[in-house]
Amino acid sequence: MKETLLSLKNVSKAFDGKTVLDSLDLDILDGEFITLLGPSGCGKTTLLRLIAGFEQPDIGSVILSGHDITHAAPEHRPLNTVFQNYALFPHMSVYDNVAYGLKMEKRPKDEIRQRVDEVLAMVQLQEFASRKPHQLSGGQQQRVAIARAVVKRPQLLLLDEPLSALDYKLRRTMQAELKRLQRELGITFVFVTHDQEEALSMSDRVVVLKDGEVQQLGTPREIYERPANLFTARFVGEANLFPGYLASVDESAITLDILSLRRTLQKPTFAVRKGEQVNVLLRPEDIRVLAPEDEQGLAGKIVERNYKGSTLDSVIHLEDGTEVLASEFFDEDDPAFDYRLGEAVRVSWVDGWEWLLPVELEPVNEEAEGLATDA
Amino acid sequence: MSRWLPKTYLTLVYVLLYLPILVLVVFSFNNSRTGYRWGGLSLQWYESLFNNHAMVQAMWNSLWLALSAATVSTIIGALTALALHRYRFRGKRMLRGMLFVVMMSPEIVLAISLLALFLLVGLQLGFVSLLLAHVTFCLPFVVITVMARLSGFDESLPEAARDLGASDFTMTRTVLIPVIMPALLAGWLLGFTLSLDDVVVSTFVSGPSYEILPLRIYSMVRVGLKPEVNALGTLLLIFSLTMLMLSQWILTRSKR
Repeated sequence: MKETLLSLKNVSKAFDGKTVLDSLDLDILDGEFITLLGPSGCGKTTLLRLIAGFEQPDIGSVILSGHDITHAAPEHRPLNTVFQNYALFPHMSVYDNVAYGLKMEKRPKDEIRQRVDEVLAMVQLQEFASRKPHQLSGGQQQRVAIARAVVKRPQLLLLDEPLSALDYKLRRTMQAELKRLQRELGITFVFVTHDQEEALSMSDRVVVLKDGEVQQLGTPREIYERPANLFTARFVGEANLFPGYLASVDESAITLDILSLRRTLQKPTFAVRKGEQVNVLLRPEDIRVLAPEDEQGLAGKIVERNYKGSTLDSVIHLEDGTEVLASEFFDEDDPAFDYRLGEAVRVSWVDGWEWLLPVELEPVNEEAEGLATDA
Repeated sequence: MSRWLPKTYLTLVYVLLYLPILVLVVFSFNNSRTGYRWGGLSLQWYESLFNNHAMVQAMWNSLWLALSAATVSTIIGALTALALHRYRFRGKRMLRGMLFVVMMSPEIVLAISLLALFLLVGLQLGFVSLLLAHVTFCLPFVVITVMARLSGFDESLPEAARDLGASDFTMTRTVLIPVIMPALLAGWLLGFTLSLDDVVVSTFVSGPSYEILPLRIYSMVRVGLKPEVNALGTLLLIFSLTMLMLSQWILTRSKR
């Protein structure tokens, strides 16, 4: 069991009367790679700034290894930040940028030189030490920003969407590089992103945030396969959400009518009663698309197909109007497999892969709101 | 035809802009005593200029005044711009508005009001009154120059410095000031130039104890145009060109 490095206790923050963080509790463990994931405006950047010391909470406290640092100035916190736009000092060379933090600690010259050289070697930028930031590419600037932050050997490294300005290919390379750095240095990383794919592939744990509240905290697998609520289910990955009606409930099992198919499932962790409705989550890759003469499943027709390289993604309209997203891998038996638009198929799913969520009262659907303003 | 039009136009513009200056420079080397008739090359006007003790004194006075006024207004102006940029406070909009008022109001109004103020508080007219007046009209230009630079300033730079262990003061010294240095220099040069060639305000607030160059020239010209003035103009031209090149050199160097 890892020890807690940093805890946020009952933290709230409002700007101009607008609540950004609402009584939030969070424990960050020593040595983990934890990601704050959420749509823009969910409070993830504010949370990071509270930890860094650029903002102070209205109420609540920030505890680092047992010390209350809620009101400590940023320069007195043993943690460093990699900024979204890198924030490299434009008037200093790469070397001076990286050395800045050590100069502030008033380290001896020899030690500074040695540590800066070491960290520049780690990010493979030794030859660029005398360049100015504007003479570097985006990816190189990114690596300078990381080097500048880790050269101080912080207990905690905060990364504010550090990869958002990079193109896809470079992003993937930097993701791997960040993971490698984190393993080698053993520093706790707190990573902020709105990219769910990035969050899932890089983190030990993911915190899903919305409107300043933690929606779910768990491993990437838990977040994706067993989301705690509808928001997480929809925000992380693609989701099919079907209504399910409880036909019977007993000790450990329930029977459910999902789109006129009857299934027997394990009883969910939340309370259910006969006759009630639940949401059934099925990821597109759980869906099986069958031939029209098959006896299982439900009849429908293909209305959209997208070739994605490794998968073939399709949208299927069932006879009752329900839309189903399906994502199938190509396999060696049928490398040329494809659908025609309008093709009749039947839809089923892998038994036992259903994930049940209670029905939530949704105040106003955000997407609907967006559509209304668009119109 | 259409190819020649732009060229002719451009030539005309250059001729109109630089012909008077060229005439001034050429005639500063004129060996003829009266009028504008060419009488051969000579450096006699430069010689008589440097022998004109009052004139040389006025030149030094002007340079010293411009130097002081530019420096003082750059310091106050930079601090004002920083305060306007960084903090929210009561009366901020009013302060910004007032700066524009000073900049836009006719110089003569500023001159009269400053004179009235100095007489009211019993300040003797001389170097101090000139300095105060010059700082007053230079200030808004410095503030606006520095604010323009600050508006494009990356707000995460100071945060990054603090994050790396710099105190607010160290951050200002090592990051903020170096980054806005070009604007500080530009503001300083602007102030220097404004102060050096100001006539209207200076006429009102200067006293007999401290004579400055523009006023000296003005009084000289009133009794008839002496070729000495041409020599002086040429020297000032060389001086301002040097300043200009220096500032350009500093600016391009700081970008690298």
